[in-house]
Amino acid sequence: MSTFLLILITGVGLGALYFLVASGLSLIYGLMGVLNFAHGSFLTIGAFTGLWVSTKVFPNPTTWTFIAAMIAGGIAAGLFALVMEQLVINRLYNRHIDQALVTVGVALVVAAVLGGWFGNDLRLLPTPLWFMKAVTIGDAIIPIDRFIYIGVAAILLTAMLSILKFTRIGLIIRAGVENRSMVSALGINVRLAFSTVFFIGGFAAGVGGVLISVFSYGVSPGMAGSWLIYGFIVVVVGGMGSLTGSAIAAMLIGITNQFANYYVTGLGDFVVVFILAAVLLTKPSGLLGKVSH
Amino acid sequence: MSSLEVKDLHVTINGSHILQGVNFFVPENKVTALLGRNGVGKSTTLKAIMGLNPGTGSIKFGGTEIVAMPTHKIVQMGLGYVPEDREIFSSLTVKENLALAARDDEPNYDLVYSLFPELLTRTSQRAGTLSGGQQQMVAISRALLNKNQILVIDEPTKGLAPKLVTEVANALAHVADHSTMLIVEQNLALVKAIAQNIIVMDQGKVVFEGGPENLRDESFVKSMLGVSGGHK
Repeated sequence: MSTFLLILITGVGLGALYFLVASGLSLIYGLMGVLNFAHGSFLTIGAFTGLWVSTKVFPNPTTWTFIAAMIAGGIAAGLFALVMEQLVINRLYNRHIDQALVTVGVALVVAAVLGGWFGNDLRLLPTPLWFMKAVTIGDAIIPIDRFIYIGVAAILLTAMLSILKFTRIGLIIRAGVENRSMVSALGINVRLAFSTVFFIGGFAAGVGGVLISVFSYGVSPGMAGSWLIYGFIVVVVGGMGSLTGSAIAAMLIGITNQFANYYVTGLGDFVVVFILAAVLLTKPSGLLGKVSH
Repeated sequence: MSSLEVKDLHVTINGSHILQGVNFFVPENKVTALLGRNGVGKSTTLKAIMGLNPGTGSIKFGGTEIVAMPTHKIVQMGLGYVPEDREIFSSLTVKENLALAARDDEPNYDLVYSLFPELLTRTSQRAGTLSGGQQQMVAISRALLNKNQILVIDEPTKGLAPKLVTEVANALAHVADHSTMLIVEQNLALVKAIAQNIIVMDQGKVVFEGGPENLRDESFVKSMLGVSGGHK
């Protein structure tokens, strides 16, 4: 029972990290139809900004400095996403192949610049000491960092859903995911919504980058690779443009991956790909996907 | 100020030359109906006016060239658009659909709810669960909320049950009294009731401009529109 609980909570924690990576990807593709291969760069930039804050700005790690690192990482990644949208993506709407090529290029450039600047070795992100503790639930001893991932993802999910539900820009984004040309036909500059979504997506990925640095025991320029692939899988399984779908899919994949890896050693990735194939065959729009135009 | 002048408008979509030099004029404070058989380019013309289909040539709205303008700016200038097939946001509620469309400081909800009182009882209902007629009411209401100078309306009674056709037609007739309107409509009874001008298109060009009295001529209707005037 204790092992089951440990794997379950670790799976939920992993799912929380997948959600942070996938949420922006999902909104960006759902609203704008942009397949953003540079999304992993948002994560890496967030992680490196978090590292900088934790080592240079506040060298003595506390709970508050870690929160500052997460917020700084989120803002840096959000701003980078915004600048990329304004300078690059803005000129390439509806040019999907060009978007793929350019965003792959941006990802390579960011990784190369960060590698040249900081080196390619894994660098430890300082955390408060209590992050290394564990809590006992029943017979299970659960590392406390899992709960941090889950808590932060829950806060960001709630914040993003609130923005979508209760603000005008959220209303525009929800409508735009469904039919963006009709949003324009109501006299709304949908490009403003595009920029907002890029910032929000970048912010979530940046915060995710800081947390992934804790989960993966360090920061490196190439850290985003496998996380981005899982992010894309979560988006496809959850449904393009659906935050709730992404949250459900992230949990499904995180938990399944952990259980499969434990009970059928090393088959976690295979099971995830199996889930992806099953969803594509039975419900190609994803669990909660919408048709976008 | 609220007239619309289309000159030598060409639109090509996926290699097909749909509009081949369309010319017409929509006078201020009158209802102009754009008629023609299916597939002659009526909806494409409206979409080109709204900037939804890129075209070449000239479209002047109140003397201002709008042919290469982004759609949202054209709408902000005062062209309200009701698309063919409604295109309401099905996952949003009726209230959210209307709130999204409201641009004016004081959107005219009173007009909308007086024309379509049924919507008042369905504000919290998801628009995707409404009947076709109710969805059309939402689509028309979105354009009526703001003080538009021209209403561009594409087949407002298409696919509606006869009772709802009457309701929508009455609402349009009410609005037509004090608006400039360009309407594509297959229902000739409605066109006769509200239009002061008719324009007939064929194969991507305007082939006739005149008054609605021509629609009483059975041979005109049959030759121009390919339908019997008595049945429509």
